[in-house]
Amino acid sequence: MKNIWVVFKREVQAYFLTPLAYVFIFIFLILSMSLCFVFGRFLEGEDASLDYTFFQFHPWLFMVLGPAIGMRLWSEENREGTIELLLTMPISTWQAIIGKFLAACLVLVSALAMTFPVILTVNYLGDPDGGKIFSGYLGSLLVGSASIALTCLVSAFTRSQVICLVVSVVLCFFLVLIGSPQLLEFLRNIPATGLLETLRLAALEIADGFSLMSHGGRLFGGVLRLDTAVFFAAFISFCLYATSVVIRSKRA
Amino acid sequence: MIEVIRLSKQFGPKLAVDNISFSVAKGEVLGFLGPNGAGKSTTMRMITGFIPPTRGTVTVGGHDIQKSPIQAKAKIGYLPENAPLYSDMTVESFLRFTAELRGITGAAQKTAVNKAIEICFLEKVARQSLDTLSKGFRHRTCLAQSIVHDPEVLILDEPTDGLDPNQKQEVRNLIRRLGATKTVIFSTHILEEVEAVCSRAIIIDQGKVVADGTPDELKRRASCAGAVKVRIRGLAGSGILSELEKLPHAVSVETIESGDSLFVGRVFPKKSAVDGTLAGEIYQFAAGRQLQLQELAVDEGRLDEMFREITVQVRS
Repeated sequence: MKNIWVVFKREVQAYFLTPLAYVFIFIFLILSMSLCFVFGRFLEGEDASLDYTFFQFHPWLFMVLGPAIGMRLWSEENREGTIELLLTMPISTWQAIIGKFLAACLVLVSALAMTFPVILTVNYLGDPDGGKIFSGYLGSLLVGSASIALTCLVSAFTRSQVICLVVSVVLCFFLVLIGSPQLLEFLRNIPATGLLETLRLAALEIADGFSLMSHGGRLFGGVLRLDTAVFFAAFISFCLYATSVVIRSKRA
Repeated sequence: MIEVIRLSKQFGPKLAVDNISFSVAKGEVLGFLGPNGAGKSTTMRMITGFIPPTRGTVTVGGHDIQKSPIQAKAKIGYLPENAPLYSDMTVESFLRFTAELRGITGAAQKTAVNKAIEICFLEKVARQSLDTLSKGFRHRTCLAQSIVHDPEVLILDEPTDGLDPNQKQEVRNLIRRLGATKTVIFSTHILEEVEAVCSRAIIIDQGKVVADGTPDELKRRASCAGAVKVRIRGLAGSGILSELEKLPHAVSVETIESGDSLFVGRVFPKKSAVDGTLAGEIYQFAAGRQLQLQELAVDEGRLDEMFREITVQVRS
């Protein structure tokens, strides 16, 4: 626990003593707000809700911004050779992985916290459902953390941050896309019988079950379900565990 | 303190380290020599637990690096090759970070960090960011990191690489001082460093230990070791040459200069007579014939020669 804290502290310094975290937070705020007011039609909609005006865009933002925060986690260590220092310290690999992951998540939390004016605004204009806003933030945080965890895994493979960014964005894009309403709608409407029908249903289940969009979307809508919690917990744990496997096998 | 038993490392088809065994006791400074790519860094990385061995075991202070890595790593201070650092930190914050990872906190941490800064001559740059520092300072910061927790075992991969001559000397002095109470393994290409610092040296080539001994022992294995350089006046050079060849412990004589009444050359001893017997015979020969012995010097052997002979021999 103490070792996680030490690694976490160093990584947080690396984010916040350099422009990295501020650039990220700034870009996130600009994009999320402009999407909210322009494309989400927050004011024109005249609905005291942040669901489809604000949170709905977050998976698309985190598809790029998650990898942007997480890309340095291990690729930087690989490139600079500091991984040799870190892993010859008397700490476990998983402690280092979790410390780094949590530090990246803290950047995400700060960015989300900085969107508080939108809560004030919606409360001023109408009478929103507080629980729904809370679950929306939770969903946003989980979608973002999941994309960071995936990026963490990808970064363990490479010493190049650029490669890590590109690969992670593509993977995240895929995970968001398969749960987009349009694609699910398309899958639902394929006319099929017999075996094809089974395949279609399976594809639908997989697309819906593995998509960051579907699971995030439920939370944005204020629905807290066990399978959503299990999905995010399993997804993040799997990525972090796989990171440790990659780090170990790269040296073997 | 360090036990390396039948250690091997396979990288794909290449056997980088091949069945190496040795042990290092407390108070020993072991020099690790070998041509580039001989397997020095790989061996050190296995000892520090950075990479797992394909076969074999390493124990540090009684702890197996594979089975109880945390305890073993806690005893080691390690300077990796090229001295990697977190460039976004300052010297001081970097050392505080490594000390904290080693479980040193509070006032003890401050003391430990200050001491490491002082030992490695980093006072002037303590508050500077690491990416603004020159290579020598960066290198010494990484060295400071390896001693901040006062470890029992120090593993230093090319500790003097990239330093200027004065800094090299400082680091050598430091290693010698630390070596008195700790167990030190360091690798180097610089042979005079081995003579200056090590109490023992191991030469590795193509993943195997090809020589193991004190620097003096190793020097004596060079083919020039025990050769006696002479300068004798008083007789025709050719005459002296033939007399020298007849000496009981001489194998061959090499002429450097030969004149009417002068001979300068080198006399090579039999394998059994590298201890100065030959020099005694030459002296007696010269004295008996009333010759003027102007120079008589026994070559104590040179490490670079021995190194070249041994590593070339293995290749052919």
